[in-house]
Amino acid sequence: MKPTRLTECGNWILDRFPVTKFWNDHMAHYYAPKNFNFWYFFGSLALLVLVNQILTGILLTMNYKPDAKLAFDSVEYIMRDVPWGWLVRYMHSTGSSAFFIVIYLHMFRGIMYGSFKHPRELIWIFGMLIFLALMAEAFMGYLLPWGQMSYWGAQVIISLFSAIPVIGDDLSLWIRGDYVIADATLNRFFAFHVIAVPLVLIMLVFMHLVALHEVGSNNPDGVEIKESKDPWGHPVDGIPFHPYYTVKDIVGVGVFLLFFATVIFYMPEVGGYFLEHANFIPADPMKTPEHIAPVWYFTPFYSILRAIPDKFAGVIAMGSSIFVLFLLPWLDRCNVKSIRYRGGIFKKALLLFVVSFVVLGYLGTQPVTPVATIMARIFTAIYFGFFLLMPIYTRWEKTKPVPKSVTPVPSIEEHLHSLEEQLPALIEEITELKPVTAEIGHPAFKSSFFSRRPNPEGMYNVISRLAKKAKGSLD
Amino acid sequence: MKNLTALLLLLTLSFGVVASEGIELKEANIDLSDSDSLQRGAQHFVTYCLGCHSAKHMRYLRIALDLGVDQKKMLKEIAPEGASIYDQLHSAMNKHDAEKWFGTQPPDLSLIARSRGADWLYTYLKSYYIEPGSPTGVNNLVFEDTAMPNPLWQLQGEQHAEPRKTIWGEYTKLVLEEPGTLSEREFDRFVNDLVNFLVYVGEPVQLERERIGKYVIFFLLMFTVIAYMLKKEYWKDVH
Repeated sequence: MKPTRLTECGNWILDRFPVTKFWNDHMAHYYAPKNFNFWYFFGSLALLVLVNQILTGILLTMNYKPDAKLAFDSVEYIMRDVPWGWLVRYMHSTGSSAFFIVIYLHMFRGIMYGSFKHPRELIWIFGMLIFLALMAEAFMGYLLPWGQMSYWGAQVIISLFSAIPVIGDDLSLWIRGDYVIADATLNRFFAFHVIAVPLVLIMLVFMHLVALHEVGSNNPDGVEIKESKDPWGHPVDGIPFHPYYTVKDIVGVGVFLLFFATVIFYMPEVGGYFLEHANFIPADPMKTPEHIAPVWYFTPFYSILRAIPDKFAGVIAMGSSIFVLFLLPWLDRCNVKSIRYRGGIFKKALLLFVVSFVVLGYLGTQPVTPVATIMARIFTAIYFGFFLLMPIYTRWEKTKPVPKSVTPVPSIEEHLHSLEEQLPALIEEITELKPVTAEIGHPAFKSSFFSRRPNPEGMYNVISRLAKKAKGSLD
Repeated sequence: MKNLTALLLLLTLSFGVVASEGIELKEANIDLSDSDSLQRGAQHFVTYCLGCHSAKHMRYLRIALDLGVDQKKMLKEIAPEGASIYDQLHSAMNKHDAEKWFGTQPPDLSLIARSRGADWLYTYLKSYYIEPGSPTGVNNLVFEDTAMPNPLWQLQGEQHAEPRKTIWGEYTKLVLEEPGTLSEREFDRFVNDLVNFLVYVGEPVQLERERIGKYVIFFLLMFTVIAYMLKKEYWKDVH
């Protein structure tokens, strides 16, 4: 067949630009382990949220005014007078919280399945740099609406730099560009938020992916799939990323967007956690709010800052609570990657870490009280204990044998099917049949009536069995 | 491990102690689909609030469109004399006078329902009581030493505060001393309409976004189901 004009044009480009090679290297011939579970959706979702933030951000800058006199009103103008402005703004504000939810779950996945370990240390480092850039991006973006919380939150965080000995005061003055947060600060934060940090973020995401594709993905079993290959040189436990994981990730996108849309259309403030109530009051340098709290995603680190009595020591503690995450690949001395085959001590330590992170996060949203401060100190100690004691407790961990090949993931249908099978027996166990003694209807039918009543003994058995199973999974 | 679990449990339970106290707020009955209530609220707002407070992010035209009020009726019955339909809800009082009279500029009320919450506003407007020594002659249970005099005193009447003691502790009860032009029920409805309107003004697009949300979520449900079926089809041969 004679090539058409269109294919000729296409070939002209393909001869000069390696689109096909790129596609094959990173999608069609990139082999990923076939046993990815629920936790592996969050990487692609993070990319989706990043794209959402960039697109909605561009639209917002078209009507936003980075000027201390106009900023607050311009946001309300977007919310009321710009067609669909409210949707774009809510997509951006909800997106920032969604970004952190997705990233925290993504990082937790990495810790749980040992994705930060050899040979993936650099992927973890790039990921941590992305996390840092993301925090900077969120912090500077939060000043832009120029509400009371924007203003005073930024005031508190920037004044932390003044705790640094000798250069502190000059440094915080240099960052602000004024003696208080002011128009100069707003302008430079706008510049950082819309161009400088996003550029860094995109570059880091690119490097994160390049590093990932060089060594290949980890998986819930922590098995290196490249170690067993078929005669054609493809990993036995691997499948091409496209189409298998592209179609799978689209399902994840659908489920994620369902939650995302529910928040945007029905609860954009999420009870003051995604959009703080006090931020609907224009920034007022003369009026300090009674209670200054950062947005929820910073609260664990804010809690650590407040837990330390000395300001400078608090800043150091907050900084190291983030920095210590960079060291994770070298703190963990266990050779086994996945939590499935690791010892009970690591599982318990990880559980304690998650509890301390959540509790610190909650405490960071609350006003300071003596009880809260003591609790923040205890959980700060647990937070750091998880990392700093890691070289000790992971060295002598009692691990289980790691399989040679990955274990298949049961599908939702299989889960439902096994549930369906177990359900009648479970109902039988937690209830009992009792003959109805009361007289209903004709006396002749009296003895044939039975009714199902809850059986306390059976319930107790089921609950204690579940508790034993939960405890057993920690060993 | 057991001791550790017990310690964690204890710490989690002690959250109850951390929780802060405050005055119990009365619940406002917010229904943005009740256009009559919103119209009455708009009228009350213009009559009783606009003298000092603006709602500068709102235009009369937007209110007319959202509440289904005819534009002529809007100008005649709701908007103040001389206002144009395209005007924002500006107050006639200037900043200089305001600071001289009240010591502070009355805040713009466009977003007051989003920063304070409907229940707070509802309780606040009902919690004024006589306090002879204070600059305005009144004080408020919810917002102590508020600079705002009670704008609704003629309607509500005069309340005064009585300390009460119960086994659970002390609290202040407001007793109506001299009834106003409205009965208690009428006054509750009046304040509720006003707060309802302020909630609408806080985010005029609320009803619209909830209406659109249904379609978006329906679409996403369909999308997810089809995507899942597609995934199953592709993954049939992966074992």
